Amino acid sequence: MTDEGPRSIAPADGTAADTQGIKIVGFLCNWCSYGGADTAGVCRFKQPTDLRVVRIPCTGRMDPLFIAKSLIYGVDGVLVSGCHPRDCHYAVGNFYARRRMEAFKAFLPFMGIDTRRFKYTWVSASEGQQWQKVVTEFSEQIHELGPNPGVRRQTGENSKVSTGLR
Amino acid sequence: MRIGVFVCSCGTNIAGTVDTKRVASEALSFADVVYATNYMYTCSEPGQQEIQKAITEHGLQGVVVAACSPRMHEPTFRRAVEKAGLNRYMFEMANIREHVSWIGTDKEANTRKALDLVRMAVAKLRFNAPLFSSKAPVNKRLLVIGGGVAGIQAALDCAEGGMDVVMVERKQYIGGKMAKLDKTFPTIDCSSCILGPKMVDVSQNEKITLYAASQIESINGYIGNFTVDIRKKATYVNWDACTGCGACVEKCPSKKAEDYFNEGLGQARAINIPFPQAIPKKAAIDAQFCRQLNGKKCGVCAKICPVKAIDFEMKDTIVTEKVGAIIVATGYDLFDYSVYGEYGGGRYPDVISGIQYERILSASGPFGGHIRRPSDGREPKDIVFISCVGSRDASVGRPYCSGICCMYIAKQAILTKDHMPESNSYVFYMDIRSPGKNYDEFVRRAQEEYGVQYIRGRVGKIYQRGDRMVVQGADTLLGVQVEVEADLVVLATGVESSSGAGELAEKLRISYDQYGFYMESHPKLRPVETNTAGVYLAGACQGPKDIPSSVAQGSAAASKVQSLFAHDTIETNPQVALVNERNCIACGKCIQVCPFGAIQWKELRGGIKKAEVLQTVCQGCGVCNATCPPKAIQLQHATDNQILAEVNELCA
Amino acid sequence: MKRVAYYKGCSLEGLATEYDRSTRLVCEAFGIELVEIHDWNCCGSSPAHSYDPLLSSALAGRNLAIAADQGCDVVMTPCPGCLKSLKGAQETCEDPSKRKAFVDLVGRDVDGMKTISLLQLLYEEVGPEAIKKAVKRPLSGHVLIPYYGCLLTRPADRAKFDDPENPISLDRLIEATGATAPDFPFKTECCGATYGVTRNEFVGRLSGRILDMASQLGGEAIVVACPLCQQNLDMRQDQINKFAKRDFHLPVPYISQVIGLSLGISPKKLGLDKLCVSPDVLLEDRAGDEKRVQEQAG
Repeated sequence: MTDEGPRSIAPADGTAADTQGIKIVGFLCNWCSYGGADTAGVCRFKQPTDLRVVRIPCTGRMDPLFIAKSLIYGVDGVLVSGCHPRDCHYAVGNFYARRRMEAFKAFLPFMGIDTRRFKYTWVSASEGQQWQKVVTEFSEQIHELGPNPGVRRQTGENSKVSTGLR
Repeated sequence: MRIGVFVCSCGTNIAGTVDTKRVASEALSFADVVYATNYMYTCSEPGQQEIQKAITEHGLQGVVVAACSPRMHEPTFRRAVEKAGLNRYMFEMANIREHVSWIGTDKEANTRKALDLVRMAVAKLRFNAPLFSSKAPVNKRLLVIGGGVAGIQAALDCAEGGMDVVMVERKQYIGGKMAKLDKTFPTIDCSSCILGPKMVDVSQNEKITLYAASQIESINGYIGNFTVDIRKKATYVNWDACTGCGACVEKCPSKKAEDYFNEGLGQARAINIPFPQAIPKKAAIDAQFCRQLNGKKCGVCAKICPVKAIDFEMKDTIVTEKVGAIIVATGYDLFDYSVYGEYGGGRYPDVISGIQYERILSASGPFGGHIRRPSDGREPKDIVFISCVGSRDASVGRPYCSGICCMYIAKQAILTKDHMPESNSYVFYMDIRSPGKNYDEFVRRAQEEYGVQYIRGRVGKIYQRGDRMVVQGADTLLGVQVEVEADLVVLATGVESSSGAGELAEKLRISYDQYGFYMESHPKLRPVETNTAGVYLAGACQGPKDIPSSVAQGSAAASKVQSLFAHDTIETNPQVALVNERNCIACGKCIQVCPFGAIQWKELRGGIKKAEVLQTVCQGCGVCNATCPPKAIQLQHATDNQILAEVNELCA
Repeated sequence: MKRVAYYKGCSLEGLATEYDRSTRLVCEAFGIELVEIHDWNCCGSSPAHSYDPLLSSALAGRNLAIAADQGCDVVMTPCPGCLKSLKGAQETCEDPSKRKAFVDLVGRDVDGMKTISLLQLLYEEVGPEAIKKAVKRPLSGHVLIPYYGCLLTRPADRAKFDDPENPISLDRLIEATGATAPDFPFKTECCGATYGVTRNEFVGRLSGRILDMASQLGGEAIVVACPLCQQNLDMRQDQINKFAKRDFHLPVPYISQVIGLSLGISPKKLGLDKLCVSPDVLLEDRAGDEKRVQEQAG
């Protein structure tokens, strides 16, 4: 997609319509929220189509850099979801995640990014309905905000992934 | 890298709302993709063969399957690519069913989303590297925590299979709740007659080491290699010497100790053997009631003991056991009936719990098997049973059904009639839950043959009138208020998680639900496994259960352990953290954050310190990876570069 | 001296003036200054409550607001109906979704105000021990039945006082006067007050049960802390007798009257003559009898 790619806003129900342009990335822990999203699928709970899911082992794996890179280089919203506190597959991973993401949220305005573009939540593997609600609400919120104006389009330089990190 | 993409139509499950053909054809334009196709059922045998054929024909080095959730079929496809000679980690899945075709109806938007997901999977795959499991030896000894019927079953099954078993029970006897029961439903066979021999087997089996009056202090290690510290509580009796003759119990002058085994209905001696068939049949002193231990002059038991087993100086000791697997069978506790103030449990001596009534019925109970009221020892004539005391009631935080109460009430009502043919029994119930072999027939027998009066409705109040109790409630079938006068009221207290379940779960690193019941790996397909490898569940610690189900789970957990122990070594999961020593600055942050203690210091030549991951202990959560300042520690198969490759593909 | 705002409510203004009088006398005896809320109005418990809950809260809230303006932070009301309404106003004011509407109507918030019943005041602020010490004319030898009624300790999360199913505060206060208080199983049963006008056969049945149980336990009187319970059990006792074909003669004094008696305050001042069923039995001095019995035995 080029810089001026088509960006039209989907209707709020999000079930149909052209949502090309708005992109939301979801980082989901393998044990709870990824399972919750699967459950929502198995139950055929309709959701907006803007979300693209990246599967991670645990929200404790979430490096705030993943969120920053996503928002700076072209994604309109980032959703992180894991196991409910005290219910982490790895006992305490989501506690680390919660502290990091809380701290990271405070930095978003300094980067010129609307904090409403980032959300973290807890959804268990059995909460398909809850997942539908989270996705629908967050997608609507991002549609209201529109395309991410803080986006720096990728250049040849920073399109190489490995430059971001050693 | 030469990558092949296989897009599954899943019949019409995916193809119905995703243009799978287009996904396959457009995937051919992605970097490194040399082959892409679309297949009806990729997970079927011909589908898998299609992948294997393509790997050899096109020299593929990596495979992406766009199909269902990886939580469903990733293991299937990993095996398939491995058979064709690829490393199983050179494989990625794009979830275009649960996350795409099933949640949206717009085919165009769905197809675009599917393409994005395939592109992300390809991008990640380009950073994948072959990973290899290492092997760790399996210590073929089993730890069973809890000596109730589920734990006993598991221990005996494994001992039968030739394995060494360590059983830890926190009470001074094994047998659990079942040992307190008089008869069991729906066959009315005697509980101690069927459990007793099993308890004896445990004590006599050479393969089983029993630690009664002991608790788990700490657990370290991982599947195949756990190290467990067990706290043996001071019983003030040397059990190696004690013969269980009971002379000390007879002569103990402190006669008002709490009788835990009889649920407070009788009084025990400060030194006690809880019941005649107790295993191990050893005396123990209740320090709270012992005169000698409370600074008074006594020591009668020490003088009378023929084998000089009494030791007032005894302290708790810690023993360490090494095992390869753990079965948790810690059972349940019963709801505290005093929460329902309106029933007067705890205030009125003749309002008792179901388990107390069980002791009254029992021939080894406080009244020798004669039904008597606790208040005045009179034989009751009218008995009211109230079901769902602490079950299916969100207002007391117990919204779940305890599952066993309807049945044990029916059993107790039948036994009451057997003991006292002239008596009348009444049951207040919400619904009758009797799903089990011969269960409903049993309840019907109580109603039809034994004339137990079932009244559908809740009880609002119980009060004393003269020396009788008045039970005031509603009959919702007749739509009237009813009052039943009774001599004895039995509250069918519900099941709740065992006290201390949460602390033990934290030592075991297993999860538990909001009520304290342990969580199984999968509610249907992995009912006795936990998410911590090598730790299995049996019995009511996982949720309310009757005896047949507890025994079945005990055997199920035992069979899981036996299949684990059938191997001399286990393959470790290679998706673990790995330290790049060149980049490690030895800050030690990873060591601090690791929830499993899997990272330690390693000293290189010249005293240079670096972090090192113990591959067998690491569970692969990646907390260290996110923490590491120079990103020297990377979680294999979910490295920063792999995750960012996916993100980057989306940003492009 | 402790200053407490006093909200007496409509019952104590009319039907239950003896409750008002005895409350004031007992509080005075224990050094509690009752500051009557200036220009108080209806607590909003019945018609307003079913018409518009916010109106009901605002009505009750106005009384709390005036009390606060008068410099009091504790409001005491002897009537459990008023108690429930005043506490309800407090909850409305604290509820973020209703707070603004409440403050707009009442004119101020009522944060930090505490509403208690007379029973709670006597039990927690004065205490059974202090009462026991102050007793001049012990009621020993009398068996008095403690009856709380349905509202005094319920709903539990609003009342936040004593046990909702098996309260004991009134029992302890009765015992402090020297009388015996048996364990009364119908402590918190309904007297039927809500049907007092429309279906008084319900009152007959429900209050009849209470009277019956009280006399079975050997009670000479039923001690209450609610004007509506008092009315049902006392004024309607004749009706109940007719309905149940019984012959109860149980006086139904208020706890404030009973404590007042034990303090040596004259029955007339306490308004005992206002009770329908004669409370003369309470005036018998049995403390002396007991002493004599003991002396004879010894």
